[in-house]
Amino acid sequence: MTPSINSLRSGKIIYLALGLLALALPQIITNKYILHVVIMCYMYAIAIYGLNLILGYTGQLSLAHAGFYGIGAYTVGILTLKLKLSFWLALPAACILASLVGVLVGLISLRLKSHYFTIFSLCVGLILFLTIEHWESLTEGVRGLIGVPPPNPIPLPGGGAIVFTDLQAQYYLALLCLVFTIFVMNRIINSMVGRTFMAIRNSEELASTIGINVFAGKLLSFVISAFFAGLAGALFAGYIRFLGPPMSHPNMTFEFLLMLLIGGQATLAGPLVGALLVNTVTESLQFMQSYRYVVFGPFLILVVMFFPQGIVGGYYSLRNRIRLKKQAKEALQEIPPVLVTGNTKTKSEELRG
Amino acid sequence: MLLNTESLTKTFGGLSAVSTVDFNVKRGEIMAVIGPNGAGKSTFFNLISGFMPPSGGKIVFSEEEITGLPAHAVALKGIARTFQTTHLFPNSLVIDNVIIGNRLRTRMNFVDSIFKTSRARREERESMETAREILDFVGLTEVALRPVDSISQEAKKRLAIGLALATRPRLLLLDEPAAGINFNETESLMHLIRKIRDSGITVCLIEHKMKMVMNLADRITVLNYGMKIAEGTPGEIQNDVRVIEAYLGGNEVA
Repeated sequence: MTPSINSLRSGKIIYLALGLLALALPQIITNKYILHVVIMCYMYAIAIYGLNLILGYTGQLSLAHAGFYGIGAYTVGILTLKLKLSFWLALPAACILASLVGVLVGLISLRLKSHYFTIFSLCVGLILFLTIEHWESLTEGVRGLIGVPPPNPIPLPGGGAIVFTDLQAQYYLALLCLVFTIFVMNRIINSMVGRTFMAIRNSEELASTIGINVFAGKLLSFVISAFFAGLAGALFAGYIRFLGPPMSHPNMTFEFLLMLLIGGQATLAGPLVGALLVNTVTESLQFMQSYRYVVFGPFLILVVMFFPQGIVGGYYSLRNRIRLKKQAKEALQEIPPVLVTGNTKTKSEELRG
Repeated sequence: MLLNTESLTKTFGGLSAVSTVDFNVKRGEIMAVIGPNGAGKSTFFNLISGFMPPSGGKIVFSEEEITGLPAHAVALKGIARTFQTTHLFPNSLVIDNVIIGNRLRTRMNFVDSIFKTSRARREERESMETAREILDFVGLTEVALRPVDSISQEAKKRLAIGLALATRPRLLLLDEPAAGINFNETESLMHLIRKIRDSGITVCLIEHKMKMVMNLADRITVLNYGMKIAEGTPGEIQNDVRVIEAYLGGNEVA
């Protein structure tokens, strides 16, 4: 439905307010630990936006996502630590490498459909993890890459520089990348390209009869999703500065998936909401260690049962229902009483004459 | 001749669902394919629209061989189809269903959509205009912004035809368009099919409602056990001994 001008304005104001809040956050929060949690949320969110494109909008559940996240991270780690390359060159290289691997994996795995694709992608994810774990000469194996340098300082025109050992600088870097990700996703989803993805999700058969190359569409979506997983991994490497193989394990994919499902797949806000919410809860349940899944398990079941589109999707459908009810009420008041009681001719009959 | 098949054959294991069918559709006509249940009509449509590769034979569309092309490539050549059970994109608005039908006439890629290039803006606008035009043509402008799940069965049928039309086809294949709708609605559906033909699109349909077929079709092809047993005008078909046999099953037809 076309939103009224008022609601459009109020929507813009909300986005503006959220943007300002995000910008001011490091000034508001003085607790370094909380800021660290928020930075991690942003990085996860970027990876989850990728997963949202392939799963939420294109309908293909890929369990290889953490593999691409690992590729992004290790590319930055190896290029900056071993080859002394600048982080600012390693970052795009990481995204490109993740995308290229995405093309190769996609070309093979997307020939399979639905569950078969998912199972195959799980194997791919495991292979990527095992490669990282066992290619010791390159990745240092289980010892991990220790001491990845932080992003190189950016000199400022008036002397001085932005130094990335500083938490606030890291925060703004992550925020910038997150905004870039949301911007790109928003543009793609609200275009014919996004409609193509959604057509494939809704019915592959029908999509192909209206001339959509289903395989090419899935491949494109898969590669873009790998790109953003790579970007998230690259940021992670420059921030945490220690890389171990577990970050690329399928377990990590399931963490992403949990955040996406709770936040709301196929919604633009879902990945961010999911990442913020799940991580905040995770951090506050730290004392429970692995038992925290005792909390998450039932919670996930409740969400899937009552809000299959996650928290954000649930909010939208609730809002729509209220709006429809209001419209129906107004429509009833507008109809003259004669029509309501006497005339039995339906509206469609009237139209046909 | 718009569409030609030469000894088109499809076998599943030992069973031949379609065997050596020579078939043609002339530009601008309404051609009907009829036959008892299991005669291979839907398989025949699946072969033409590229859903299944044929086991043998040839399909020529507007002087170009399209045998073995995948479904999306066939659509690009100008053949659109609907399904027996109404296929639509669920969980979306009526207009969204039709907008995507124009995708194959657009060239924009994801880079265009990220940068909102002039090509992207032009093609988005064109797709929207096409959709509005098509909804007007099939009489669904009123419900354009309604969710698909909330419109009537008859409106869904029209929408499925609208989606096929949005691809700007030269040949429209309709697989039992009148299945599951009542008498009055059949009348208005026939009106719509004639309107489609008059707009310059050739129509080929599978249908079981004989009254509708006899009223609507310029020519009829009859399939039985995967083979073509007759072809001709409705008048010729009604009096064809083999057709009556196929439908009534007897050889004692007086």
